[in-house]
Amino acid sequence: MTLLSLEGVSKRFGGVQAVNEVSFRVPRGSIKALIGPNGAGKTTLFNIIFGVFPADSGAVTFEGVPVQGLHPFQIAARGMARTFQHIRLFPKMSALENVMVGRHIHTRAGFIAGMLSLPFSRKEERAAREKCLDIMEFLGIGDLAGADATSLAYGQQRIVELGRALACEPRLLLLDEPAAGLNMRETADMAKLISRIRERGITVLLVEHDMSLVMSISDEIIVLSYGQKIADDRPLAIQKNQEVIRVYLGEDNAAD
Amino acid sequence: MSIDLFFQYIVAGITYGTIYAVVAIGFNIIYNATGIINFAQGEFVMLGGMTAVTLYQFLPLPAAILAAVLITMAIGGLIEVLFIRWLHRPSVLRMIIITIGISILLREVALHIWGEGVRALPYFTGTATTAVSLGGVFVSPQVIWAVGVSAVAVLLLNVFFSYTLLGRQMRACSANRDAARLCGIHARNMVTLSFMLSAAIGALGGCVVSPITYVQYDSGTPLAIKGFTVAILGGLGNSLAAIAAGMILGMLESFSIWVLPAAYKDVISIAILLFILFVRPSGIFGSAETSRLKEF
Amino acid sequence: MTSRSLSVLAFAGVIVTIQLVTKATGSEYHLTQLTMTAYYSLLTIGLCMLVGYAGQISIGHAGFFAIGGYVAAYLTTHDFSAQSGSVPLSLLSALGVLVKRPDLYGGDLLTFHPWAAFVTALALTIIVAYLVGGPVLKLKGHYLAMATLGFGIIVYRIVLGTTALGAADGITNVPGFAVVPGIEVSGKTSLRVVNYYTAWGIVAVSMVLLMNLQHSRVGRALASIHGAEDAADAMGIPTASYKLKIFVLSAVFASVAGILLTHYNAGIGPSEASVMKSVRYVAIVAIGGMANLWGVLCMSLLLNYLSLRGYLGSFDDAVFGAILILIMLFAPEGFLRRQIIGDIKGFLSRRSGEREAS
Repeated sequence: MTLLSLEGVSKRFGGVQAVNEVSFRVPRGSIKALIGPNGAGKTTLFNIIFGVFPADSGAVTFEGVPVQGLHPFQIAARGMARTFQHIRLFPKMSALENVMVGRHIHTRAGFIAGMLSLPFSRKEERAAREKCLDIMEFLGIGDLAGADATSLAYGQQRIVELGRALACEPRLLLLDEPAAGLNMRETADMAKLISRIRERGITVLLVEHDMSLVMSISDEIIVLSYGQKIADDRPLAIQKNQEVIRVYLGEDNAAD
Repeated sequence: MSIDLFFQYIVAGITYGTIYAVVAIGFNIIYNATGIINFAQGEFVMLGGMTAVTLYQFLPLPAAILAAVLITMAIGGLIEVLFIRWLHRPSVLRMIIITIGISILLREVALHIWGEGVRALPYFTGTATTAVSLGGVFVSPQVIWAVGVSAVAVLLLNVFFSYTLLGRQMRACSANRDAARLCGIHARNMVTLSFMLSAAIGALGGCVVSPITYVQYDSGTPLAIKGFTVAILGGLGNSLAAIAAGMILGMLESFSIWVLPAAYKDVISIAILLFILFVRPSGIFGSAETSRLKEF
Repeated sequence: MTSRSLSVLAFAGVIVTIQLVTKATGSEYHLTQLTMTAYYSLLTIGLCMLVGYAGQISIGHAGFFAIGGYVAAYLTTHDFSAQSGSVPLSLLSALGVLVKRPDLYGGDLLTFHPWAAFVTALALTIIVAYLVGGPVLKLKGHYLAMATLGFGIIVYRIVLGTTALGAADGITNVPGFAVVPGIEVSGKTSLRVVNYYTAWGIVAVSMVLLMNLQHSRVGRALASIHGAEDAADAMGIPTASYKLKIFVLSAVFASVAGILLTHYNAGIGPSEASVMKSVRYVAIVAIGGMANLWGVLCMSLLLNYLSLRGYLGSFDDAVFGAILILIMLFAPEGFLRRQIIGDIKGFLSRRSGEREAS
């Protein structure tokens, strides 16, 4: 059962063809990784999927419904959530408040309800708070709830951002380099977290450079090079793929 | 309308267009070097004119103008050193508010020094009624001075940026500050220099048009807004386009009297500003990509 | 919630104390400027939400104040008797919107009832705010600043240049506004205390509404837009729509302030729409702590009162200019923020530490 599918997606920036006729599917309940050398077009694809900018051509389908051309906030409402390559937490807000922003699409209280502090809005806030604390417990950062988000350690900030995305209750989670800047132990912890997230029924598409994480948890791996998909297979097959080796390690190593 | 009146409107358009272009070029110099929009730009024009008028009481005209330009340059540099240098990666909001504050301070200081009256330098050659015939059209020689002096100033600036070491260092700074610093260029001084150059050209413009337009302690703000409109119209950072854009705005304002009561003349420039901001913020001659290049 | 109620109670206490003190010292004339200060503060706390909380700069809010004040002034002073036979007038008359009242010379004026003028002025403000805000809020940084500045100047030029709106003299002889029977917003000396409490009561209610907003889902969304707009978008927050709504809300506060102050002062002039006024309002938000409602209110009280009493003399504008510069240089988050106590403690502990080392 395909949750997300891309067909023939292309994007050009001025003189650079960042993404060239890329097609792939993400099966429901799987962890799929998107890898490739720098400049291969991975984050561009993420941005296209999430509506940050439109593709020049091609289709993006989520749960059978075309979503290309929608704004990011509409994509979020459809059931996708994302994290960012360079952490984008909200400054001057606590970790819990950051995570609670993720509940926005599941709550209703508007300006009037907020200003008058209507009972239903207060009830919503309490419920959202509970849920977010649960999520933070699940991620092992329950005790950081009241801390100022941007003054936390880098690794902890990454997990807060993960919590914020989980608060959206997405069916598809897009993680942009979740292990960037993390040491070996933190990366291993992140891998465990992502597996546990998948166990909860959330499909994960991740962009990552850290091969240990990618190889250990991914069900399938897509390899991009200069905007083109050069492989889409299970981890062991990818490791033996001549083209992938050539792209990563250079011509001389391809024969090994 | 008669041919005479038509040409009078054109001449007025050119005159005002010149001063707007000068203010816009001042904006561009600082913007190119720092990414800051200096809301106090109009005050440099005002200070140049006012200072020159005061100095003219003691010095012959050319000396008074030169001294006024140098003094305003010094003030520009002083402002940068006192207020701007301290800032470490300021947010846009902060920069806007500071330069607005500087603009207000300069204006209030001018009010306390010179009072509310209008001042003007005397006509450089001839009097208010002298007219020179340019191909059949009668033009005040001051207009020729205004356009001529401004054109020379712009040319000199162009030469400075293209052919002198210092000018090229400034351009390097605006293109990539960190790389420039690695080459030994003192980035902070480049910023100070940009403020000084900007103040200089503003002051010169103020001196040269003051016989026609008069200066007053509060002439600065409307000029800044129109100058900003022209800078955006031509594409922020592009000074050659600013000249063309200045002429366009000058003409539009001049001919607007035809259709709107004179009281609403200022509304024209604001309407154009809003229109450009909504429709094409990169300006007529700009594009989103070249605006990032930030050259002179 | 409790700390919020406490702060409102403390505030109410201060307001009552001030009034009692002026009564005891026979200096009740102070209440007039204090009442005016209340209305200006209403504008600044609304602006605080837009500029400080949602992070959208606007240096044109005096324009909305002027739209509110001028529309209310015009409708309650213009004599519509000349058109009394016409269709629109008959319609308005049937709706009970018009009143007949005597003018200065003993004749009769047919004008709008102040409530009708209030509703009309507010409606017009909301429409203008939506129309202007839509395109303007798509801009960022200095483009946004310039666009809002431009909007303010257009309003200023219109009220300055239009004879029907009194041109440079503005509109005078604006009648009082009986908000409810017994409470009339006007400058009558007999109603000075009533007006004082009415004005500050409105401010108190507004503070409660805005504090509630800050602590609500929408408040969190606004803060997130300010903090990282792209991330807010990705979290499902319709950023453009929210920016517009907070813009309109702040315009409403400005407009209500304008309407009520116009009735209180029995008139309005073009200077209320000037760029300097808009700059002052932003200066007060800046010095008050950007997103700190109580800070902004306190600063507004202090600075507006000093200015209105004339204590700043001819240096009025210069003082605001200097404040802007100093605050932006040394305390860009504003003066009154939570961290300032920590900063002071840190500074003091460093100093004593140095002394011990030597």
